Amino acid sequence: MLMFVLRRLGASLLLVLGTTIVAFLLTSVLPGDALTARLGERAAANAELVAKLRAELGLDRPIWEQFFIYLGGLVRGDLGLSLQSNRPVTEDLAQFGPASAELALMATVIALVVGGGLGIVAALRNNTWIDNVLRAFSLGGVSVPLFWFALVATSIFSTTLRWFPSSGRLDAGVAAPPHVTGFFTIDALLAGDLPLFGQAFEHLILPALVLSAPMVGLLMRFTRASVLDVVGQEYVRAAEAKGLAPRTVVFGHVLRGALVPVITIVGTAFASLLAGTVLVEQIFAWPGIGSYAYRSATTLDLSAIVGVTIFVALVYIVVNFVTDVLYGAIDPRIRRA
Amino acid sequence: MTPLLEIRDLRIRLGDRALVDGVDISVNPGEIVGLAGESGSGKTLTALTALGFTPPGSAASGEVLFEGRNTLTLPKSQLRALRGDRVAMIFQDPMTSLHPMLTIERQLTEHQLAHRSLTRRQAREHAIELLERVRIPDPHRAIRSYPHRFSGGMRQRIAIASALACEPDLVVADEVTTALDVTVQAGILRLLDELCRDTGMAMLFITHDLAVMNVLTERLYVMREGRVVETGATREVLAAPTHEYTRALIEALPQTDTETA
Repeated sequence: MLMFVLRRLGASLLLVLGTTIVAFLLTSVLPGDALTARLGERAAANAELVAKLRAELGLDRPIWEQFFIYLGGLVRGDLGLSLQSNRPVTEDLAQFGPASAELALMATVIALVVGGGLGIVAALRNNTWIDNVLRAFSLGGVSVPLFWFALVATSIFSTTLRWFPSSGRLDAGVAAPPHVTGFFTIDALLAGDLPLFGQAFEHLILPALVLSAPMVGLLMRFTRASVLDVVGQEYVRAAEAKGLAPRTVVFGHVLRGALVPVITIVGTAFASLLAGTVLVEQIFAWPGIGSYAYRSATTLDLSAIVGVTIFVALVYIVVNFVTDVLYGAIDPRIRRA
Repeated sequence: MTPLLEIRDLRIRLGDRALVDGVDISVNPGEIVGLAGESGSGKTLTALTALGFTPPGSAASGEVLFEGRNTLTLPKSQLRALRGDRVAMIFQDPMTSLHPMLTIERQLTEHQLAHRSLTRRQAREHAIELLERVRIPDPHRAIRSYPHRFSGGMRQRIAIASALACEPDLVVADEVTTALDVTVQAGILRLLDELCRDTGMAMLFITHDLAVMNVLTERLYVMREGRVVETGATREVLAAPTHEYTRALIEALPQTDTETA
């Protein structure tokens, strides 16, 4: 098992390096002049000023040298300065990253419980009216546009019922809990501030619910298919022939067998949620990585763009690594491969 | 002697098709009974009713009396109490009948723990004894590993050990040698024979292979298209088949096998 984990870890590190190269090259060859964006049209016409700034930013050196300088910075945790916030990109990421991660994680938990649970029910009640209703429901989850769902959810749960607030991570004017993980819910708990935890949680629910909608549908379908596949296996019949309780057969045998494909989906879906929170963060005024990426892109803030790209890639790689290790933990046959 | 298992006028219908059409079979305590027939003859369906399994959506009528209780009408909880405890099952393909992600220990102990008041440790020790009994080398090590570490024949031995775990009165063995190499088959058959003699358990042995029947079973039922077409002592049936279908089955055997039979 240890060798298995180490091998996966080595592969992950190579991937990180690869992504960094690609991200760096893409932003270097893309059209659009960061200098112009930074200096403004008039100053950009001043050749002396431009040359000075180029030298200052290291843009006068060959591309490979720039890359190694960047890589050196990256290893020390230096991703450069963000033009829009005038702060180190790492600081921005440390602030906005956890906000999005908290949102994406909550959405994943909702999707896992609701989608996974309903998928199991649908499979065990295969071809009954329950199954049909659930399948229609999952199709809805996958096909309804996110912004529409966001509007409807806000109007019902926030405007009409007033159950949940519809913007920000906390009520206006409320101070954030002391920074430990950057997850407001967890930091509030760590600070022992229960009311603040409640508030952070309330703010989290609605955007997480909206964000989870497509994933609920997806997960339900995958869980259903995977469970159905396993239910037909002879080892499930064998478990029944042993006289085990239905609960034991479902949770101990069927789910165990159905887990690997479901974990794949959860892993990929979590990573894509984190990368795709732009829309939901805009709607719910959630100060996360999606909003940050959007601002960086529109202001041609190259260091920030590369920073976000590497961050998102890192999340993908970490999630993939975790899924791989989980595979090995669940299925002994994979450990050997 | 009252039969251990008595199937009376069993009929299983799926829609308007009769899968099993008025079958009578009995198995006495300690007896090894064969159930032969080509695939689709209804032999597996018939045998599965001994454990109370009927195909989903089908309608079964008649009686399947196991130790006097009708498994067709028994409440689910009582059926579960029988399964794995009084009547056990060995499946055709050991590659698929053992759970690939659970340890051998778990698969040999979970039904012991469900049916008996044993500690985990006692169940584990019994499982190790069972592995020894079915001649799995190094059982202490084997019990910690997973099915994919074993060959087909070894896996079938593990499946047999699992069936024996609660010392059942009846074992239903469904084509248990079909998926195995010929050389491995002989070892499994000898093992089953020996285990039945030692423990006094009865076995309903299902196969399409009449040569195998001759080695193992005392009595024989031959099924075709959901009906029993011939029955009697295995030796007599094979020596002088009265039904043309049985004769066709015997003729289908490789020549050398019929001579030893």
